[in-house]
Amino acid sequence: MRYRQSLHGHGFEFDGLVEVLARATPLRSGDILAGCAARSDTERVAARMLLADLPLTTFLEEQVVPAESDDVTRLILETHDEDAFAQVSGLTVGALREWLLDAAARRDTAALTAVAPGLTPEMVAAVSKIMRNQDLIAVAAATEVVTGFRTTMGLRGRLATRLQPNHPTDDPSAIAASILDGLLLGSGDALIGINPASDNPRTVADLLRLVDEVRLRYEIPTQSCVLTHVTTTIDLIEAGLPVDLPFQSIGGTQGANEGFGVTLAMLAEADEAARSLARGTVGDEVMYFETGQGSALSTGAHLGSGGRPVDQQTLEARAYGVARAFRPFLVNTVVGFIGPEYLYDGKQIIRAGLEDHFCGKVLGVPMGVDVCYTNHAEADSDDMDNLLTLLGVAGCTYVMAVPGADDVMLGYQSTSFHDALYARQVLGKRPAPELEEWLASAGLLDPDGSVRDIDPATTVLKELAR
Amino acid sequence: MSEFWESLRRATPARIGLGRAGNSIPTAEVLAFGAAHAAARDAVHLPLDVHALVEALDGLALGTPRVVASAAPDRTTYLTRPDLGRVPGADLELGRGGAEMAVVVADGLSAEAVAKHAVPLLENLVPLLDSATTVAAPVVATQARVALGDHIGRALGARLVLVLIGERPGLSSSDSLGAYLTWDPRPGVLDSARNCVSNIRPPHGLDHATAARTIAGLVAGARALGATGVTLKDGSFTAPLPGATTTATDRF
Repeated sequence: MRYRQSLHGHGFEFDGLVEVLARATPLRSGDILAGCAARSDTERVAARMLLADLPLTTFLEEQVVPAESDDVTRLILETHDEDAFAQVSGLTVGALREWLLDAAARRDTAALTAVAPGLTPEMVAAVSKIMRNQDLIAVAAATEVVTGFRTTMGLRGRLATRLQPNHPTDDPSAIAASILDGLLLGSGDALIGINPASDNPRTVADLLRLVDEVRLRYEIPTQSCVLTHVTTTIDLIEAGLPVDLPFQSIGGTQGANEGFGVTLAMLAEADEAARSLARGTVGDEVMYFETGQGSALSTGAHLGSGGRPVDQQTLEARAYGVARAFRPFLVNTVVGFIGPEYLYDGKQIIRAGLEDHFCGKVLGVPMGVDVCYTNHAEADSDDMDNLLTLLGVAGCTYVMAVPGADDVMLGYQSTSFHDALYARQVLGKRPAPELEEWLASAGLLDPDGSVRDIDPATTVLKELAR
Repeated sequence: MSEFWESLRRATPARIGLGRAGNSIPTAEVLAFGAAHAAARDAVHLPLDVHALVEALDGLALGTPRVVASAAPDRTTYLTRPDLGRVPGADLELGRGGAEMAVVVADGLSAEAVAKHAVPLLENLVPLLDSATTVAAPVVATQARVALGDHIGRALGARLVLVLIGERPGLSSSDSLGAYLTWDPRPGVLDSARNCVSNIRPPHGLDHATAARTIAGLVAGARALGATGVTLKDGSFTAPLPGATTTATDRF
């Protein structure tokens, strides 16, 4: 299908939906690298005008990535809920934007929850491309995606954190010291999640035991995850190790998932294996997924219909389509991790973070964001402060919490324990209710809801430092 | 910092026990973080002092060093177009030297790493190579990624290429050097067909002598096997490689 649009006396022609979506995308380095970005600002706006007039049904008729060669497309089509779609099936992309903003203005969370299964990732990616940052924030803030394991995620007025105590050689006492620091600063209600430096199953098992012992000893209501390949986790579950949440990086095409060494069947197997352990107390969602714009391109698995490159934001939304099919406990877009060849600077990272959070939430996924940057990107702590604050306003489920924002294992900068305290303070947010109760019982919670600054040597947790 | 955290801080490079200024980080720690980020950014953006490097390499008596540039004309393009950093900017006129191994010293993402570690590493490495492993005159490459070495190795007619390249700076490691070894260099080599020794960065990372021994072992293994990459790891060379990884990532 060829699409045509004229603007300012210029005629623009686009080869298929895949090209319309790419050309309509706000500027980012990854789409330039892939060769699919708009070649001028005028072309970009022309593509957006064209996109806004497309009926949503177009996305069910014309595939961005062909179903015959891609199991993610097949999954998206198979899980599409016709009944939920019925209420918006007569709308165009432009009208969907207005429908979403209207629901948000009425604070009609129920309408947004009801429509989610009827929207495909491509529809949501499309509407995000014609939305300003404030639109992305307003609509996301009106959604509510609640999940549970030992804590409840996604409740209104809450902002959770993943306590990320990574260490370059997986040293147990160093990791315990970082966990202690984070707990004292009120972090860890989303999970305590370690990226191990080593993939060795024995190391992973040792770390799983370490976190589980800490949790049990101090009766901390949270869940743990050691981020290793899903097949390793399945083996560890079979070996009887205390696995709360299986982790896996996923992408928006079959090829991207192959690049991660994972199939949809493996994800289903991990979900079932972890669920069968019934280790959750307030809910039974178990999967923990990570994604990020650019992952498909980095493995050359970004091509769609007609062999044309698909823009990285549309592929990212498709990754949430994968996540949603496995009822995840949490999803995390690691937005600035991949480097400046995909998101060049603070502006691009901030935009992508808001898009990812919006798309995830509108699709019904419990979305968190790793607000982060690398040292070769044109970004710094100020950009992260901006994105963290905007995401807090948008109702982001959780963010990362790394000692001093400096991940000494992965070599990038994320948000810190202190950053989470800041965001909760200025936005009036609180930790997940279960952890809030524990903080109170441990004497760490001030009556006004903030985390007290107390001498660690006076708390029972001090033994963690041994 | 409180006494409680002092001993813990010695046990980990993580920024723990920073204390609080309200809900935020105390002034001294905010500035320390800024200083570390500045060092990392300078490592990425300050250009390699090619003249000084060429002079130092000349002192190794491996032949007069040559200089080539990738197709990325400047740092911004280099950072956003990794594809251009992997190919030469102009036809390589290096002449086939007949040496067994080509050596490429590339700025990569940290000119500082290259300036500090490339020459001492080569000083340690050359005496460890057996007499059949002849070494070509070093080639200095700017705005370069690892795969540019494949073109250079091919142009020199070498059976092996060793690329020493500045790694992506971390907040507390702006001067980390990586060494990538590739058998039968030619355009289109897969990253999985390389061996990599990373984190060469004394005194915090691998020291020059240890890194040189590891690389010399890989060179001997590659020549015995006629290959680098996953097969070299699994086959002839199985000694532990501290700080080393075998599968190169696409970061470079």
